[in-house]
Amino acid sequence: MATRRPMAPPTPTPPAPAAPTSPVGRRIFLGMAGLGALGIVVGARVQAGIGRALRPLVSDNGLNLGALIPGSDQFRIYSITGSLPYESPSAYRLTVDGLVSTPLTLSLDDLKAMPPARLVRDFQCVTGWRVPSVEWRGVLVSDLLDRAGVRPGASALSFSSFDGAYTESLTLGQARRRDVIVAYEMEGGPVSRDHGGPVRLYVAPMYGYKSCKWLSGIHVVNRVEPGYWEGLGYDVDAWVGHSNGRSDAATSTG
Amino acid sequence: MSISEALPGAGPASRPRTLRIRRFDAVERWVHWCTASLMLVLVTTAVPLYVGSVAALVGRRVLLERVHVAAGLLLPVPFLLALAGRRWGSGLRADVARVNNWTWDDRRWVRTWGRDRRARPHKFNGGQKLNAAFVAGAVVVMLATGVVMKWFTYFPDSWRTGATFVHDVVAYLLVASIIGHLAYALTDREALRGITRGWVSAWWARHHSPRWYAEVAGEPLPSVPDAATPWWEESG
Repeated sequence: MATRRPMAPPTPTPPAPAAPTSPVGRRIFLGMAGLGALGIVVGARVQAGIGRALRPLVSDNGLNLGALIPGSDQFRIYSITGSLPYESPSAYRLTVDGLVSTPLTLSLDDLKAMPPARLVRDFQCVTGWRVPSVEWRGVLVSDLLDRAGVRPGASALSFSSFDGAYTESLTLGQARRRDVIVAYEMEGGPVSRDHGGPVRLYVAPMYGYKSCKWLSGIHVVNRVEPGYWEGLGYDVDAWVGHSNGRSDAATSTG
Repeated sequence: MSISEALPGAGPASRPRTLRIRRFDAVERWVHWCTASLMLVLVTTAVPLYVGSVAALVGRRVLLERVHVAAGLLLPVPFLLALAGRRWGSGLRADVARVNNWTWDDRRWVRTWGRDRRARPHKFNGGQKLNAAFVAGAVVVMLATGVVMKWFTYFPDSWRTGATFVHDVVAYLLVASIIGHLAYALTDREALRGITRGWVSAWWARHHSPRWYAEVAGEPLPSVPDAATPWWEESG
């Protein structure tokens, strides 16, 4: 318990000389700005190093905590609608229509019965993150087109998603490539809902936004119809390293 | 009998402890609360933009990104407007000058994190000055990296990756400093009143900002207390 003492009269102290000051605040501010600028310029290399160091330690598990570490080469989840759409694997249907001789409606089993295509490629997002060497299994879009029979006059494909908003496009030439698939398996397991499952498009040589998620339909058309992300300023032909103002080399296009 | 006399350890009886001292003027308080609100919007929108499991629940990426970018561009505006105001900005400019200039007390305060009683702060202690300079630098870095991320076609390719990386790292550091700032603010009612009502009590000022109190009240600085004496038993 504190006791209150009567106040002694203040002892007058001689006026102190003004204390010397240094502008530490400004130095901290400028130092941080300089470090930030340096980080922008060399950050990609630092990130690549961190990704390499973390790779044996983190894995894309259910919680995906690794993705919270800046620079870890983990998938990030983007959705443009409210929450993620869902279709059960048994109810899932993929339609192929438009300028085709035989419109198709394929179930997941129908897709799995077709000759499988397997790709191991990097998944590169246009914002700068990359997941190296992702294993994909599915069906070549080219095989689907052969089965449906493309009619003369067709020159492009439009893709639609059961989220109701995501759309994409490819030219016929791009879609016929051996590294463009309709994927039902990813990293050894079914494509999860988070990653656009049960079935998504995977366009290996292009930035991730071309790989339409929650794929519901492939429409064969006579001209390229730019999709959702193109409407927001991204390039229609999204070649990794040669579009969207970039010229970085993709790490695996083999 | 004034209220403060009834509080244990409130200080020597004859000193007027309920004297109010203006700490922040109206402009400074407005700037603080506008900036704090925008910061809250930024941090809240950042969570679904960055954390995958939250993104999966919330979606709406394009909307959240637009809100986040708008708030980010607006954040420095209240501060800059106040700083530029010839009449209304004088209080803020004076405090910015105080926060920028460090004395031996401030460096000592930071080195011992306030434990050395010989380090007597003026209006702001070394920790507050450090935090202010850090946040100012961080905001500028977040703005610059955010601009590179948003208008990426104007910059070299690897800069976008670098900017994203720096933006993510500094975001973590900023959130940590905000949590620290809130912890200090919410555990010191007098300090909180300083930024909400604009004034603090004299005894708080004598304890927290002794050199500032001495200057404002026109009193001599009390002699250096011996470390073993509790502050409420300091003699004049």
